[in-house]
Amino acid sequence: MADGERFNMEAAEAKVLVRDVNVFYGEKQALFDIDLDIGRNQVTSLIGPSGCGKSTFLRCMNRMNDVIDGCRVEGSIKVDGDEVLDAGIDPVQLRRRVGMVFQKPNPFPKSIYDNVAYGPRIHGLVSSQDDLDELVQTSLERAALWEEVKDRLHQPGTGLSGGQQQRLCIARAVAVRPDVILMDEPCSALDPIATARVEELIEELKKAYSIVIVTHSMQQAARVSQRTAFFHLGVLVEVGVTEQIFTAPRDERTQGYITGRFG
Amino acid sequence: MQTTNDHIVRSFTDDLNDLSAKIGKMGGQAEAILVDSTQALIKRDADLGLQAIEADRRVDALDAEVEAAVVRILALRQPMAIDLRVIISALKIAQALERIADHSKNNAKRALVINRAPPMELVKSIVRLSEVAQNMLHGILGAYANNDADTAIHIRDRDEDLDLLYEGYFRECLTYMMEDSRSITSCTHLLFIAKNIERIGDHCTNIAENVYYAVTGDRLGSARPKADPLSAEQ
Repeated sequence: MADGERFNMEAAEAKVLVRDVNVFYGEKQALFDIDLDIGRNQVTSLIGPSGCGKSTFLRCMNRMNDVIDGCRVEGSIKVDGDEVLDAGIDPVQLRRRVGMVFQKPNPFPKSIYDNVAYGPRIHGLVSSQDDLDELVQTSLERAALWEEVKDRLHQPGTGLSGGQQQRLCIARAVAVRPDVILMDEPCSALDPIATARVEELIEELKKAYSIVIVTHSMQQAARVSQRTAFFHLGVLVEVGVTEQIFTAPRDERTQGYITGRFG
Repeated sequence: MQTTNDHIVRSFTDDLNDLSAKIGKMGGQAEAILVDSTQALIKRDADLGLQAIEADRRVDALDAEVEAAVVRILALRQPMAIDLRVIISALKIAQALERIADHSKNNAKRALVINRAPPMELVKSIVRLSEVAQNMLHGILGAYANNDADTAIHIRDRDEDLDLLYEGYFRECLTYMMEDSRSITSCTHLLFIAKNIERIGDHCTNIAENVYYAVTGDRLGSARPKADPLSAEQ
């Protein structure tokens, strides 16, 4: 793939610049020479078969791989020009800027309110209780959950339905005012209605954030993202405008995967 | 249209092959109707004309089958990439073939009327037009069967020849009508027949564009040869 094509942002400017990223688990190399731009206020979806490296790649962007023994990340990932992979970067501060939503909703065993308030408190984002109340409300509103929980903010977050818990996790992620939100199969544990709510939310969130989503559902990638990147065996095979990837992919491997021709 | 037979879900490959077989069958029947309707006129053979009219119904039925199959595959398989293009193209190609068969059937009906009037020399020139259309149709059905984008472009370019032939025929008919007003009824029917054949060429062009898209994923530009200065006068 020519560089010009791979970095083609189609009118959006890049929020995250990934260059020449290689990841190793011990001796085994998991990602090979990844170059990718993540567009500002865009949803970029990462697709590919299990073990292709898409989640590993996602986790590089907020240094989640640091906690894995023997994992080594090389290359450069810049968020708004700041190098993420610098040893001097504080991962906690980084994860405020680059938030994450996981496959299974994982609310803290605390109240709905405290789930959302936790991040702003530890990062010292608010100075008064009123400010905190307001931030909790706007975050829950952004996550399209406020109307459903405003009368029971002090009940445990774990008492919500799966779909509500996932939106609570999204509220928790947006409460610390991140730049980028990473989502690792955020709907795989949800039913179609809850999935539709989260997808609608993603559409809304992209106005304020840059979003990267890993998904096993091709239809979901097609529905929510503007750009799609296909990973296979640790290589970024093809990236392009979502419509092009799903109607006329340029690479045989992409075509094989999205049309269900892979072994 | 051949798609590789290696879907993990084999019944999906079967669905696509069935769809392709239906298009092939429709194409064969549309070709036969075009040939029969022309021969009905040239040989003044009413039986061939009636045969063409009857065969058109089978093409309509196949068109409905293709449409149902496409809707079903879209709903149940959610196809992507080349599969999606092949399926959407099948729908559009079936529509074009249905129109081709319909134009030919119309020509067969007109042949039955013309054949009741005294023979005219002018009838024979229809053969040249029909042969170009037959070649285009035959060629594009072959390109469809073989995923042949290059042939598709070549066929599309041939539409220009047909447009020029039609233009010439139009003038020839006018001359006849001016010379002998008793020929006006037959000549008018012949003009419609020629126009129908010219339209068949346009539908072959549409099929060519869809074959090209299905195979390559790119749309052919709209800048295609156009030699139909009469179209504004119709």
